[in-house]
This record gives sequence, structure tokens and C-alpha cells, in this order.
Amino acid sequence: MPLSVLENNIVEKHKLFGDREAIAEAQRCLYCYDPPCVKACPTTIDIPTFIRKIAHSNTVSAAKTIFSANILGDSCSKVCPVEVLCAGSCVLNHLGETPIAIGRLQRFATENTRQKLAPEELLGPKKLASGKRVALIGAGAASLAAASLLAFEGHQSIIFDKRSFAGGINSYGIAPYKLKHQEALDEINWLQGLGIEFRLGIEIDETKAQEILKDFDAVFLGVGLGEDRLLTMPGSESAGVYGATALIEKIKIDPNFNLNGIERAHVIGGGNTGIDIAHELCLLGVPYVAMLYRGSESSMSGYAHEMAGARKSGLHFFPNIQVKKINSTNGKLSSFISDQSDQEIESDLMVMAVGQSGGTKVAKFFPQVELDPRSLIVVDADYRTGNPKVWSGGDAVNGGKEVVNAVAEAKIAVRSMLEHLAT
Amino acid sequence: MTPDISIDFCGVKSPNPFWLASAPPTNTGDQIMRAFDHGWGGAVWKTLGIPIENVSSRFGAVGYDGKRMMGLNNIELITDRPLSVNFKEMREVKKRYPNNTIIVSLMVETRDEWRDIIKRSLDAGADLLELNFGCPHGMCERGMGSAVGSEPEVVQEITSWAVDYSAVPVIVKLTPNITDIVESGLAAVKGGAPAISLINTIKSIIGVDLDLLVPLPRVANLSTNGGYCGPAVKPIALHMLASLARHPKIKDTTFSGIGGVSDWRDAAEFIALGATSVQVCTAVMHHGYRIVEDMIDGLKNYLAQHNMSSVSQLRGRAVGAFKEWGDLDLSYKIVAKINEETCIGCNKCYVACLDGSHQCIYLPGMSSKSARQLGHPHAPEQIFFEENSARLKPFVDEHECVGCNLCELICPVAGCITMVEKPSTGKHLSWKEKMQARYGKLDVVA
Repeated sequence: MPLSVLENNIVEKHKLFGDREAIAEAQRCLYCYDPPCVKACPTTIDIPTFIRKIAHSNTVSAAKTIFSANILGDSCSKVCPVEVLCAGSCVLNHLGETPIAIGRLQRFATENTRQKLAPEELLGPKKLASGKRVALIGAGAASLAAASLLAFEGHQSIIFDKRSFAGGINSYGIAPYKLKHQEALDEINWLQGLGIEFRLGIEIDETKAQEILKDFDAVFLGVGLGEDRLLTMPGSESAGVYGATALIEKIKIDPNFNLNGIERAHVIGGGNTGIDIAHELCLLGVPYVAMLYRGSESSMSGYAHEMAGARKSGLHFFPNIQVKKINSTNGKLSSFISDQSDQEIESDLMVMAVGQSGGTKVAKFFPQVELDPRSLIVVDADYRTGNPKVWSGGDAVNGGKEVVNAVAEAKIAVRSMLEHLAT
Repeated sequence: MTPDISIDFCGVKSPNPFWLASAPPTNTGDQIMRAFDHGWGGAVWKTLGIPIENVSSRFGAVGYDGKRMMGLNNIELITDRPLSVNFKEMREVKKRYPNNTIIVSLMVETRDEWRDIIKRSLDAGADLLELNFGCPHGMCERGMGSAVGSEPEVVQEITSWAVDYSAVPVIVKLTPNITDIVESGLAAVKGGAPAISLINTIKSIIGVDLDLLVPLPRVANLSTNGGYCGPAVKPIALHMLASLARHPKIKDTTFSGIGGVSDWRDAAEFIALGATSVQVCTAVMHHGYRIVEDMIDGLKNYLAQHNMSSVSQLRGRAVGAFKEWGDLDLSYKIVAKINEETCIGCNKCYVACLDGSHQCIYLPGMSSKSARQLGHPHAPEQIFFEENSARLKPFVDEHECVGCNLCELICPVAGCITMVEKPSTGKHLSWKEKMQARYGKLDVVA
């Protein structure tokens, strides 16, 4: 029997619209002029236009509108927090009505069209080969977007990643009820049709960095963030204590990982990654999942709508609490003590969702690339680093935002790279 | 007190003004009895004549923005069942439902045929007859239906035969496929008809199958023109009804209004423009006989709210206000006003006014210069923008607003944009009065 990853046990939150549903929803759109939904989209997709096209059964053209503004428009349609972006600013909210399901309409156009037409069939042919080559370090959203846009301009894009698969967070870090590993890979396969080359399983060290700077006409650092930051306290090395993104990755892609015997799980943190993993544990059937946050609920960085969704799935939430000490039995987590009492609280899974370190390691190998005190890459308004041949964007620069922000930053960087490559 | 919605149609009493039009919903006695059970006051029996043979398919429809059947067209002909069967069923219906109104729609060719079929209809218990001079598809190719209705002399002649042969009142059903409905109406009156029903369906091609490139509805790989009806045709019907209802030589006729009547509001509009009864087809074909309950209750509620004790008090009340353009007051002035509190910022009024009207609505943050660049030819100087600098929503330049209503019509928020009357700068002045003052004669309208 083939092994299955745990994420396959989680069903998607928003099903793909059927034709009738999509058209009915699209017809609800007011087709505003110069509307707030477009202003709220970091990639400024012309939302009323693509929705009107769906309403008139012109789905392929709708997808064209989306992809020409955001080449990762398909995964963004699934992972974007539309509640705080486009749909959150839909004018229907002012009428007390349900805002247009912009994310789901976008998915309807992009997913259906992507399965029928290659990128060049949809968006027009690439320009003639320029002979210029660009190396993109890290195969996440920022690099994928930059590589695709460069490919359309006729430049050869080569993406390096230490993992054996491309996609970055889209492939290993998104909650499965939004986007599954295989869906992320499908989108990458589609983009690969543009002739993007992937060199996977390659760690960049100082020597490689020097080779790359010598061999390529430009470099884009889409290295994302580093490992999970872990709180250090007595017992934090125990088995059963995980960093949030590490555990999400196991659920998404490790067929040998399971949650058998886990009765009580605790997630420390108040951000969206913490809510995601807590929500996933609930959906995977862990009987008791609690989120522990050191501050008040209103001061959490996680979105209220995500929290509400997790609560609906059974999440328990406790604000103003900190874990002081972790107890283990035979090296394995058994309980912990908080700052609120000396009572031991039983636990067999603890997840630390308190942020990730900056993607420093790789960036440091490129001379003149500067890092800020948080180890984030310093760029100018064109997303160019201190090294005139090196640009960057995405989490490595912004410290961890949405996929759509990575795409928006890649677009700006590419504009500047194109000027450089033209000389 | 519940308003009385029963009617007297040329001396024939009907429990309410809601009748089924001559069409598929009135094809059989069984259907009509079920309709009466639901509350329909009367039914115009599907047109009787020499039974025909039909094709398939027979219907086509257009929707609008996801709503189906905004307009329907059909190429079905008159009854395809033997006359003896139809008349047998009619007797049964009249026996079982003596209080409901049976109107028999008729279409034959020769004088003898008209005499014969009228006699058989009366024998079967018809309360009223309706002469089908309107059908614009199929039958007109055989010299009947709209082929008759579009020739006033023929309308008059056949009407006079029918009036002569009939012991019950005759309704002439008019076709809209003419240049001026008044000519048809006058012909019916001259022929002696006490009643007119209108409109019949409009000649139409409902659409084209874009894969096969054959018009719709498609019969094998050919099509033909059909008769168009449904909500989309209501404005045309209202205009034709009102044109007859205000005409001095036709206004005393009793009218049955037809064309897109789907709910009580539509019915009330037809009645206000002179109809005594209304006839419904498409809405029933779409939703079934059951819709009549809402129509009856809705009309009663409307009458009660407006302090009318019977539907006859509504009849024709809007006819007097239907005038020619030259009678309208040129000194009357309204301007659009946007309620900043309820505006949701969709900017639809802005783009509609900019591209579709008179460029009088501005967006917040615009300067006089940027407005001119964007296409506002009469953007005022700075002062106007300074006055509105604190605004967060679109605003109207009242000095330039022509009061066209477009922004009010497209605004998705009920009551957000209102048209406000401005004090008039002079006394009532119509174009006719202006011409009279200038040329000293009243008869300037061609």
C-alpha cells in the first residue's frame, strides 16, 4: 500500500466553483470603477474586469487578466487572505452584504484555464532568446514569479533550491485546506513550460555563490526565511517539540510521519503560522488542541478570520500565558509548566510558532549584499541589493508576508533587472 | 377593508383582473381548471381555428445577467387539437367554474368559417370572444394573425363580421408589428368592437446558435421568426396601451393589457394606463399557475395602501399624465444629490456620468487640471474643488448637472442618489408654448 501524507486527510476549505455558481457569483459583482479591491491587491489585478469576463462566460480571457498581473494568480487565489485584502475592501461590505468571493472566482478562472492552455498560449509568446542568464536562488514564490517574467522577456531563468522539489512555502508550508503540495507542484510544472530550468537539491555555499556571480548576468535572491525560531527553556530539546514550519512540512510531505497516539497538543504563538498548524491538528483529529499566547487576543498578529475558522474546528485558545518549563519522560515530552501556576499540564505534542530566523546563511555568501539587524536582506526601491548584480524579494526582504507580496516585489525587481540586462 | 378586485369587462363579471393569455398554459380544459383552482380570474382559451401541425423545438429565450427568460419567443401555432375536443372541454370547464371568465381566442380565414366557429364557441359557453389578429409567426404566412392585424381595413371588416355574429362582447387582439397602433385601434372601434386586447407578440429572432450558426429556436438546421414576449416587452406594451387609452376616439373601449405582466406591480401599471384586465403567459410558463396568489394579494395591498376600495378606482389614473414631449415643462429642473453617508464608493455614478452623460460627477482628490485631463470639459476653477476638498465620496457639480437621472438609475444603493428639484427660474413653459409665443400658432407639432 502506498504511503500517504497526512495532508491528504484534510479537505479544502473552498471547493472549486462550478460554472453556474461562478457565473452567479460573478454577476453579483457591481463592476465598480477604480475600486478598492484592486487597490488592496499588492499585484493590482484588475478584479472587476476579470469578474465581468467570468460573468460573460469568457473565462480564458479572465485568466489572462489575472495572470498578466500576477503569474502566480492560481496559488494566490487559494492562499491569499482575501478577507483582509480584496474581498475585505469590497464595497458590498458597506451594504452589510457578503463581499464577492474574489478568491474563489480567481481560482475558477486560473485553475480551469491553466489546465487547458500553456503560459505562452494564454499570454503570448516569449520574446526571442536574449542569450542572458539569470540565477534565482530559492524556488519559492518570489523566484518563480521573477523567473517567469524574465522568461517572457527572453532571458534564461535558472532556479536553484536546496530541497528536492520547487515551490518553497507554497509546496511545504501552506495549510492543506488552502493549498496542497501537489497543487503547488502542478502550478510550477505549468510555469516550467516557459523553459525555466530547475537545479534542485543544491546547497549554495561560498564557492557556488562566486561561480554564480561569475557565470550569470544577474542574480535574484528569493531565499525566504530560515529555520523556525525555538524558545529555549528547560526541556525544549525533548522529542515531541517541533517548530511550526517543520511540523507543517512533515504533515504535507513526509509519508512516514503520523500523529498516532497524540491526545493533547499545544501550540505556542499568536501568528498566522501558529493558527495554521493548530487548525491543521484539529482537522487531523487530535482530540485536544490548545493555542497559548503570551499577549492578549487583540494583540495577536494572526488574522481574526483565521482564528475564527480554527475555533470552529475545535481549537482552544488561552491568552496571556507563557510556558516556563517542559517536562519529559525518557526524553519525550510529557507535560509543561506555565507562568500561571506550578501545576503540570499534560501534553504530547508542542509546537513553537514564534517566528523564523532571517535567511542569512545564503545571502552572506554574496558580497556587498547587506543584512539588517533582523537578518533580512536590505534592498532599495527597485529591490536591488548592495551588489549591483543582485536583486531580492519576498520573505527574505519583507520578513514574512503573503505569496502575493512576494509576487509584487518580484515584479518590481524584474523591471529593474530588465534595464540592467538590456545593457 | 379589503379592496374589491373583481371587474366588469363589457358587462361580463370576473372575480379578478388576472387572466391567462391565449397560449400553451390554456391549451386544455384540464389546465384551465387547475389555473382557476389557483385563483386565476379568467382564461383566454388557446386560439381555436382549423387545427394545425407544429414543429419542434418551439421556444427560445434570452436571459439577462443570470436571470432566465427575460424575453421568450415562440413559433408554436394555434391549437393542434380537434375543435370538437376543445369545445367539449370548454363546456365542462364553464359548468364547473361558472364564476370564472372563459374567453375564446379565434383565428380562421373566411367569413363562413368565422360565423361557424363563433356559433360553436357561444354554444360551448364562451363569456367573451377574442379575435387573434396578432400572431406574427406561421399563421401570418397563411394570411391570418398579424397579416390581418397589420391591415386596418381588414381588421375593421373581420371585426364587423364577428360583432355581427356574436351574442357576447368581442375583443380585438392587436399586433404590435405595425407603425402606429392608433390606426389598428381605430379600425377595431370602427368595426364595432367594444374591447381591445394588446399587445400580441413581437416579430423576433431570439438569438443565434454560435456553434452551428443557425438562428434560434432551431428546427433541424433551419429557423424562422417567432413572437417575442415576456418582461422585456412590457414597456412597448405599456406605450401602445396608453396610446389607445388617451385617444379621444378609442378611449371608451375596454382594454385587456398584455405584455410581460409578471407580478402585481406590472398589473397595476397596466391598469393605471387604462386596462380593465391583464393577461399573463410568460411568467406562468416560467413559474407555474401558483404566481397568481402573490398577484392578487399584492394588488389588494397596493390598493389598500393607496386608499382605493376597488380596482376600478385605479383604472386609467395615469393616462392623463401621458402627453407629448412638446407639452413637458422646460422650466422644471432637478439635479442629482449623492448621500455621502450611504454611498459605498463603487464610483459607478462617476464613470456613467463621465462616459455616458454630461461629465458632472467628480471623484475626491481631483484637481481642476486632472479633471479636465480625464475628460471633464467644464470642470470649474479651483474654488469648486476647495469647497469639496473634505469629501470622501463622488460629488455632483449641481451647476452643470442636467438632471438626466442616469446616476440614480445605476446606483446600487437604494435611496443614495436622489434627484432634487431646484427652484424654477421662470414660469411653466413647454416647447409648444414657446413655439406658439414665437410663431403665434399652436399647431407646430408635425
